[in-house]
Order: sequence, then C-alpha cells, then structure tokens
Amino acid sequence: MTATTSAPGTDTAAVRRAISSTPRPQRPGPLSAALTFGWRGMLKVKHVPEQLLDATVTPVMFLLMFTYLFGGAIAGSTSAYLDYTLPGMLVMSVLFTTVYSGVSLNTDLTKGVVDRFRSLPIWRPAPLLGSLLGDSVRYVVAGTVIIVVGVALGFRPDGGAVGAIAALALVVVFSFGLSWVFSVLGLLMRSPNAVMNAGFMAIFPLTFLSNVFVDPATLPGPLEAFVDVNPISVLATASRSLMDGEPDGVAIVVSLVVAAALAAVFLPITTRLYRSR
Amino acid sequence: MATGTTLAIEASGLRKSYGATRAVDGVDLAVPAGAIYGVLGPNGAGKTTTIRMLATLIAPDSGSASVLGHDVVAEADTVRELVSLTGQLASVDEELTGRENLVLLGRLLGYSRAAARTRADELLEAFDIAEAAGRLVKHYSGGMRRRLDIAASIVVTPRLMFLDEPTTGLDPRSRNQVWEIARALVAEGTTILLCTQYLEEADQLADGIAVIDRGRVIAEGTLGHLKASVGTGALRIRLLDGARRAEAAELLERAVGAVVLDPDPAALSVPADAERAAVGVAELARAGIPLAHFTLDQPSLDEVFLALTGRTADDETLQEDVA
Repeated sequence: MTATTSAPGTDTAAVRRAISSTPRPQRPGPLSAALTFGWRGMLKVKHVPEQLLDATVTPVMFLLMFTYLFGGAIAGSTSAYLDYTLPGMLVMSVLFTTVYSGVSLNTDLTKGVVDRFRSLPIWRPAPLLGSLLGDSVRYVVAGTVIIVVGVALGFRPDGGAVGAIAALALVVVFSFGLSWVFSVLGLLMRSPNAVMNAGFMAIFPLTFLSNVFVDPATLPGPLEAFVDVNPISVLATASRSLMDGEPDGVAIVVSLVVAAALAAVFLPITTRLYRSR
Repeated sequence: MATGTTLAIEASGLRKSYGATRAVDGVDLAVPAGAIYGVLGPNGAGKTTTIRMLATLIAPDSGSASVLGHDVVAEADTVRELVSLTGQLASVDEELTGRENLVLLGRLLGYSRAAARTRADELLEAFDIAEAAGRLVKHYSGGMRRRLDIAASIVVTPRLMFLDEPTTGLDPRSRNQVWEIARALVAEGTTILLCTQYLEEADQLADGIAVIDRGRVIAEGTLGHLKASVGTGALRIRLLDGARRAEAAELLERAVGAVVLDPDPAALSVPADAERAAVGVAELARAGIPLAHFTLDQPSLDEVFLALTGRTADDETLQEDVA
C-alpha cells in the first residue's frame, strides 16, 4: 500500500474540500455557548428518555403504594393522606432527578466528551451552566408528572393551579442548588453507576427521614428532632404551604437559603474539579 | 508568532506527577510544522499525559511548552483556537446523533445555526457518514465513530491536531480511511501529532518520530534513523513439520543469525533484512524443509523497545496510565 492509494469508501477530494473550506467564525459569547449546551441537554432528554422515566416512575409508584396501602392507616382515609403527602412527593420526585445531573456529568467525563469541550476556546463555565438548562426541563417534567398523577387520583389543592405551580417552582429552584452536590460526586467518582448508587444512598434516607410521608409528631423524640431540621422537611413544608394557598414564609426563605448555601459551597468546587480533571 | 523554520510544538522539561507516579518525567519535543510527527510508546509511557498538557487540558508541574509560538499555560485560550483533539483523548457524544454532534461543535465554535448545519452536512458527506447522520452515535461501528470523531475535530480546521491512537481497534479498511484523512489534513496545511503503539502506523504516516518510555523521550529522529538503530526486522517462518524445527534453526543460525524459537512449536524467527531473509529461505528450501508460511516483518514496537531499552514494551507494570 502506498500513500496514493485511496481507501475504498473515502472520497479524498471531498475530504480535502471539506478540510479547506473553513474560515474560522467569530467565537461565541458566554451566553450563546451556555445556551448551546442547554440545547445539548434537551437533546439528551429526547434521546435518553429512560433516564427521565426511571426518575419519575419510582415516585409515582411510591405515591400509589403509600396512598392506597398505608394512606388509610396513617391519615384515616386515602384522600386525606393524598392531600398530606402529595406536596412532599413532589419534593421527592424532583430531588431524585437531581442525582442524574451527577450521573450525566460523570458519563461525559468517562467517555472523554469533557476533554473535547475543555479543549475548545469557549467560556469555561458554559458546559456546566448549560447542562442546568437541560436539567431544569427534567425537573419540571418530573414534578409535573407527579402533580398530574395526584390530580388524577383526586388531589385538589386549596391553593389551586397557582399554588401548585409556585410549589413546583420552589422545588426546581432548590434542585438547582442541590444538583451541584451531585455534580461534585459526578466529578469525583469512577463510573456513572457509582454516582447513581452513592446519590440515591444519600437522598433516599434523607427523604424518608423527613415529613414527606408522615407527620413527625408521631416519631420518637430524637428522630423527630432530626426530621424537623432536615432541609427536605423544610422544603416539603414550604411546598405544602404553597399548595394549600397559605404560604409559610419562614419555610420558603429557609429552603431558598439552603439552596443558595449548597450552590455557594459546591458550585466553586464543581468548577474547580471540572477544570483540573 | 513563531519564526522562520516554524515549530508547531516546542516543549522542554515537561513534568507531571500523579501522587508518587511520574507520568511525564522531563519530556523535550521539537515538532516541525506541516507534517505528521509520531510519538511512539507503550501504554502508560506518558504519551497521553503529554498531549493533555500540550492541549491545555492540564497544567504541567514544571517545564514549559508552546504550541505554534503560544505558551500552553499563559496563552491557553489562544492555543485552544489552534488545536483540536481526537482519539482516546476526546470523544463524541454517544447519546446524540452524528449530525447533532457536529452541529453542536459548529455552534460552540461560533457558527450560526444555519452555517453549523451546512458545515455538518458537508463533513458527514465527505467522511462517508451521511447515511448514519440521524442515528445515535452509540449505534455506530468503530470505523464510523472514529471518522465522526475526526470530523468533529475539523469543524474548523485546526492548525495542529492531536491524533491519539486513531486506529486502535479498527479493521484494515477503516484504518486506511483514517490514514487517508490524516494525509489529506497535512496536505491542507495542518500539523499532526500522532500517538501510536504501532510501528507500522508511524511508518505509514510520520515524518519524524519520538519514542517515549517511562515519561521520557528515549529516541528521536526519522523512522530511518530509528530502524537503523533497531536493526532490520525479522524473517518469521512456520514449518509444515514441527519436528524439523531444530534442524531448521541450526541451518538459519549458520546462514542468517541468532534464531528465536516461537512458543508455537512449528514457528521460529530470525532478525534479517530482505537479502539475508532470502538467503535463509533458500537454505531451507535446499535442505528440503517444507515451509507452511513465511513473512518478513518490520521490527515491531517490542523489538524497537528491546533495542532501545533492553526490555520489551509490555514487561512494564502499566498502572501509570493516569487519566
């Protein structure tokens, strides 16, 4: 084989034309780059729907199981329990989805896609901020599914649609903060599966040891004390108050402060790890 | 900017450690512009870490390097405008279609939506992936994937391209396609730094070569130099009748040189250039020892390593291949 033999399947002339016909465009601005990564996030939601499905089916199963199996025993009737638990289920459903932020970041890292992005002359935080955009679509879908299922089962919030949307918005904003914790995990761990396991190992007990499923007043003292300070309880309380049409200002503010604090600590760690890995 | 006899890459004393492992331990490189420069070495020799430093992905612990006249640390952003990465280093997104991958990169490089689509289609067509443009990359064959990978690296044609083991795991046809593309890139003025474990690949493509081992450059020059220092290659023989191997070995020992017995009981080899090999084969024929098969091989990477370092490439403990 000599240098001039053309391999079958490649049209060398076309390759050379394609190579030579590229004037370099002006590099995109920070916002434009971030939005492009957002578009990538949306495409993933479209192409890998099973990820979204995993994260929404589990909470829906919990909702059905708890409402019909335990609801009557816990709250006297299934409909009373549904009223109590659905705002908390919304929290659980969306928070479960945040784990996937870390999982997809780890996938990018282990597949080498991150290296390609990092070798491009673009605004450095663009990939991370852009992925938030795709994530937010997932959060909204996951939250909407649980509310719609709830409504189908007979859930009628006193706060009406406005209350439900406000609760969803609060939970999504909180998730933006929490997702950086999983992004750090995603950058530190060896495989997407490891991130998933570690993520759920953290989020599962935290969700159960909250007021999402039961009124903490019935719990033994020390456990109740923990449940009361668990940020997931606070968020569930805030969500509940919005859906009830009687916003609990303290719970809402505390939720937002916790989200901001998580972002303030874990966002810089994420960007630093992303740059140096 | 670089001057006169332009160097695409100039590195001196590059070092990078991960914990106690010295992945790169003082690499010096001078890569001329406008050609393919091969970096040859076994897994874990420090090739990938070196490229990651040159491509601004990681900062060296010490030493310095410039790419097309720009310092990789101080002017990292400028360097990123001039280079692109392909191969084991940087990859395409498996969960997007081939077309979406290229449009994504086009947009990130600053093309308008329409221009990015036009550019993507042009590349898909040229690289023979147009038919699979709408399929998710995870369903691509190895060869298609690698071509998309290269296409993704030349959405804007880089001045310098890092090709990291571009043909590992490819069938011969796909391998030839990749080689064609590499040659076309150089013909259009791109410099390529090619990392490979295959001497044949370096032989086919590279003008100059550096051999890296244990984080250092242990030999440098043209392939001709390298081969001269290594010796010629080997005549490899398989006999029809394994029982006559001792006899054949004795004959070859006398006619050609030191014989190496293969684990295969009917096979043996002897270092030889084409002329000595012909003599050896003729001797066997005259003695009436029937051959199943014989080849005259290039020296393998193993043999290069044996000659340069006194040990083979894979008797390493290869855990130094750090991310």
